[in-house]
Amino acid sequence: MLSSEASIQVPPLAYIHTRMNDEIIDGLRAFLRDEQILTADEDLDVYSFDGTAMLHQKPRCITLPETAAEVSRILALANAENVPVVTRGSGTGLAGGSVPVDGCIVLCLVRLDKIVELDAKNLVMVVEPGVLTGTIADTASAAGLFYPPDPGSIKISTIGGNVANNSGGLRGLKYGVTRDYIMALEVVLADGQVLHTGSKCVKDVAGFSLRDLFIGSEGCLGVITKVTLKLIPQPASKKTMLALFDSMTAAAGTVSAIIESKIIPCTLEFLDRVTVECVEGYAQIGLPTDCEALLLMEVDGHAAEVDEQAEQILALAKEGGAREVRLAQSADEALRLASARRTAFSALARLAPTVVLEDVTVPRSELARMVALIEDVGRRHGVKVGTFGHMGDGNLHPTFLCDERDEEEMHRVEAALQEVFDGAIELGGTITGEHGVGLAKKPFLPAQLGEVGIAMLRRLKDSFDPQGILNPGKVFD
Amino acid sequence: MSDGELNLLRDLDYSVVQQCMHCGMCLPSCPTYATTLRERSSPRGRIAMMRAIADGRRELSRSFAEEMYFCLGCLACQTACPAGVNYSELFENARAEVERQGLLDTPKRKRIRSWTLRWLFVERTRLHLLGRLLRLYQRSGLERLVRASGLLRLLPASLRELEPLTPRISRRFTASLHARSTDPPSPRYRVALLSGCVQDIAFADTNADTMYALRQNGCAVRLPEDQACCGSLHAHNGDGEMARDLARRNIDAFAPDTVDAIIVNAGGCGSHMKHYDHLLADDPKYAARAKTWSEKVKDIHEFLAEINFRAPKAGCGFDQVTYHESCHLKHGQQVSEAPRQILRAIPGLDLVELAEADWCCGSAGIYNITQPETSMRLLDRKMGHVRNTGVRVVATGNPGCVIQLQHGGQREEMDVDVVHPISLLAAAYRGEGETL
Repeated sequence: MLSSEASIQVPPLAYIHTRMNDEIIDGLRAFLRDEQILTADEDLDVYSFDGTAMLHQKPRCITLPETAAEVSRILALANAENVPVVTRGSGTGLAGGSVPVDGCIVLCLVRLDKIVELDAKNLVMVVEPGVLTGTIADTASAAGLFYPPDPGSIKISTIGGNVANNSGGLRGLKYGVTRDYIMALEVVLADGQVLHTGSKCVKDVAGFSLRDLFIGSEGCLGVITKVTLKLIPQPASKKTMLALFDSMTAAAGTVSAIIESKIIPCTLEFLDRVTVECVEGYAQIGLPTDCEALLLMEVDGHAAEVDEQAEQILALAKEGGAREVRLAQSADEALRLASARRTAFSALARLAPTVVLEDVTVPRSELARMVALIEDVGRRHGVKVGTFGHMGDGNLHPTFLCDERDEEEMHRVEAALQEVFDGAIELGGTITGEHGVGLAKKPFLPAQLGEVGIAMLRRLKDSFDPQGILNPGKVFD
Repeated sequence: MSDGELNLLRDLDYSVVQQCMHCGMCLPSCPTYATTLRERSSPRGRIAMMRAIADGRRELSRSFAEEMYFCLGCLACQTACPAGVNYSELFENARAEVERQGLLDTPKRKRIRSWTLRWLFVERTRLHLLGRLLRLYQRSGLERLVRASGLLRLLPASLRELEPLTPRISRRFTASLHARSTDPPSPRYRVALLSGCVQDIAFADTNADTMYALRQNGCAVRLPEDQACCGSLHAHNGDGEMARDLARRNIDAFAPDTVDAIIVNAGGCGSHMKHYDHLLADDPKYAARAKTWSEKVKDIHEFLAEINFRAPKAGCGFDQVTYHESCHLKHGQQVSEAPRQILRAIPGLDLVELAEADWCCGSAGIYNITQPETSMRLLDRKMGHVRNTGVRVVATGNPGCVIQLQHGGQREEMDVDVVHPISLLAAAYRGEGETL
């Protein structure tokens, strides 16, 4: 019965914060070097945005702590003074989650960048939050191990940001997302206390899993200062393939056929014509620019299994109407293809000054309908859209190419976005698969979570951060 | 900001500034960001600062000016940028505006700038004169005397660090080496060579080797007499006016329509010379010829690869080499494979790849003079990688890098030879006579 709903409604959390001021900055100077506190106009400008289009807000100061102890003291001070704190790493977020709020302290964690331990006996790595995801992958690989999550920005995104947003990547279908590789966290709470949650044990049911609450919490519940990651053995072999299609439906059909044949590729990416043109414009690796859909597929595992699956996939693609199929001839070529795909989002900026990237996700079976819906919405609103994404896991990246200075066009983009989000929810999907809610998708969240869902988020927030100093105004109001 | 007031950043085509969508993909490629981990020392941060000025939200400040000179101008970010941001143009305009507003002016800095940018690196005769004086100092025993006497200790630390960076001056300059080899009887191509400034007086042999390698590949080589400095030093240091003036003088001296290619063997010069078209786009008298010029400028490696250079039949005297990429050859001109192709073509020579080969060595024009601390930190990082290869010979295609890496060898007490790839190719060609 729905009558219980009314009893767990929690009103919007209305916080009244103190603006950061010179006195509080002096308080920071008691334990940080001058060089770790930035207040110059130029610094306020360059920390006023992240990777999201159009969103910017200047902070009042930026801190660059180098240890968890410094993070703890900054939070204790901010909590005592009731000043908002926005945590960030490299600032590559795509939902405005790390865009400052007015009068806040930015807590930038890029200097907490040590790999604490690579424990090959337990297959774990312990790192600080500012370590780059790519460094983690390389370090694991050098030891014959594998850290699978690989967001598009892997070369510059920090692991702290990945955990806070539960980032996905190109290998989601087979290997899952960041959450599947987090064993333990060290978290500094809003008042500066340090919480340890989780352990190196595969099995651990001691108490509620607080660890899981912080994964994807977008800086609203605590500040992650240490991460224990699960590693797996490196697959012995892999093969990369390319298939070109004259229609999106044929490509989507091929993806379904592959999965129905019980093959789980580690990568099943697709790029539409607009995206392929841009990527080729940058990477110049000889991608054909006259096909409607390009599938980039990778299988990994034991050599024999990989060979067999690659053959099957190539055959299925041909049956599915692929105009051309190709097998990468060397590890180098495979790497070039995967790296080129990672540049898709930024490469689309070649076509328009403002690039609004979304990450709606639907159950795999609904992919073809979602792609068609996006095309239709773009056409009806007269907005140029390039779409690419992770076809294997239903995570799409419709990218709206526009100019933020053109007000009329931006209204059309907004209307198109609303329809895309509504469509995704209707198909049983989600408004965000891997970027998070932040500011950009906050208005659309209630439609997906409902009143009960939002109310529970508010309760949770209130119990971890009663004064609401951590990233206020993000995710929900 | 008062409307109508001149500002090179505000007058810039706004689409160049707007092209950056702040995704951050440039950050891991930036040596200065790696040093400070502060956003303002990153390409994305610098562009955001420029945009604030272009939008009229901020005025230029001293701190902005300092950041523009902390940037190496290595252009690694341009290679890394999927969105195709023209950082080089933004950067040159930003520095030019800093100079126009005189934000960093001190009497001493003004004197040095006017002496180098407006006097020395303008006429080759002046550079030659300085070269002869320096050589006299180096050869007469005076240098040894000064070094032994401890007089150098009277210099400030930053200058003392730099003294060993003074290049060894060649005995003869390029022009007198033109006749060392001869043009082939029926040439396939007619090319003209830029002799450069530093290359001309300190590495004249590299120019002689370049002419020799070209002639071995069917080229008649002209060395235009009235050529001037290419102007890259001026453009990168905010003196656009002098850069344009030098470009015009070179176009006159080389007469681009009379040759098949204009050859450069210095990565820094080539990168700048390829942009004369852009530099002189608004000059009605020169725009058309500048366009022809830019089409014909070729880095020596690039040119040899394009004309399918002849693989030498003899070795060059070394069995292993590693390759350091000059920033403006790799990032400025996207020439990266051709030099490797040339080195691999030399019989008996094994090319060992250098880690972070395309990471700046800290030379960066005159960066080792203006920012010695960061420059030396980058050099140490580079020499560490060289040491790890276990190879004694480093090839690189830019005189600034050669001087910097030679200095690195001394600093680290490493036994390394730093050579231009073309010198190795020329040595291999010369060796053919001996083995045949």
